[in-house]
Amino acid sequence: MQIECVNEVNISFPSKSSNESFARAAISAFVSQLDPTIDEITDIKTAVSEAVTNCIAHAYKSGIGTIYINSKIFSNGKIVIKIKDKGTGMENVQQAMEPLFTTGGSERAGLGFAVMKSFMDKIKVSSKPDRGTTVTMEKSIIRRLAKSDR
Amino acid sequence: MGIKVEMNRDTAVALVSGEIDHHSASEIREKIDNFVRTNNLKELILDFSKVSFMDTSGIGLILGRFKLARSLGVNFKVINIPEKMRRIINLSGIKNLGIFE
Ligand SMILES: Nc1ncnc2c1ncn2[C@@H]1O[C@H](COP(=O)(O)OP(=O)(O)O)[C@@H](O)[C@H]1O
Ligand SMILES: [Mg+2]
Repeated sequence: MQIECVNEVNISFPSKSSNESFARAAISAFVSQLDPTIDEITDIKTAVSEAVTNCIAHAYKSGIGTIYINSKIFSNGKIVIKIKDKGTGMENVQQAMEPLFTTGGSERAGLGFAVMKSFMDKIKVSSKPDRGTTVTMEKSIIRRLAKSDR
Repeated sequence: MGIKVEMNRDTAVALVSGEIDHHSASEIREKIDNFVRTNNLKELILDFSKVSFMDTSGIGLILGRFKLARSLGVNFKVINIPEKMRRIINLSGIKNLGIFE
């Protein structure tokens, strides 16, 4: 059977920290049509929260910029979430993704990427200094697509 | 999000409620740190029973309070972590600090 995109959403919003909870809630509402378990929803909400927080706390740390989220649901139950900023970018993505690495000071744990990696099936990060960063994450929800959407 | 600190003899219990993220953590942190710095405590307890969500900002919040307490010679504990948040706690490695009941 061919795998196709069955639903898609695009959201953009200013990098205000009060939007962290909005982004989590929006994506969790969008993926709820796959009827995920509470654990699956918690994983996705946490990963989205980490990626969006990084845009706010790092990419746009000295001002307000726009955060873009694109999410797709595929017919095989796969969810793809892309979170993009046009902020500072990173010189060394590999180093940034190491557990405990942070440039954010004593209140940041340096575990955001570690959580995205372990709570989602797949993560890809592309970044260019002064241009911005895109984090793409995937997770498969065990097939429970509503009949009408199949 | 809410934070209520109550003093019981020389133990302060900080009851955190709602979602802990980068946005809410700063207010929670300020409330707790102010309280800890202006009261003479033997022990600081963070009660997470009413926390409905946390990301790694919650880990940073716990670690930061742990360090502050230690620097002041105050005993530190975190209690009632909801089941949903076990995974992020385990992943963070902060279990080894011996601050959980
Ligand atoms: N979108 C981003 N733009 C610029 N830098 C980023 C971005 N995301 C992450 N980083 C960098 O990677 C580091 C590690 O991120 P993370 O694992 O989430 O830990 P933390 O946010 O606690 O620092 C950050 O401290 C920052 O230097
Ligand atoms: Mg982070």
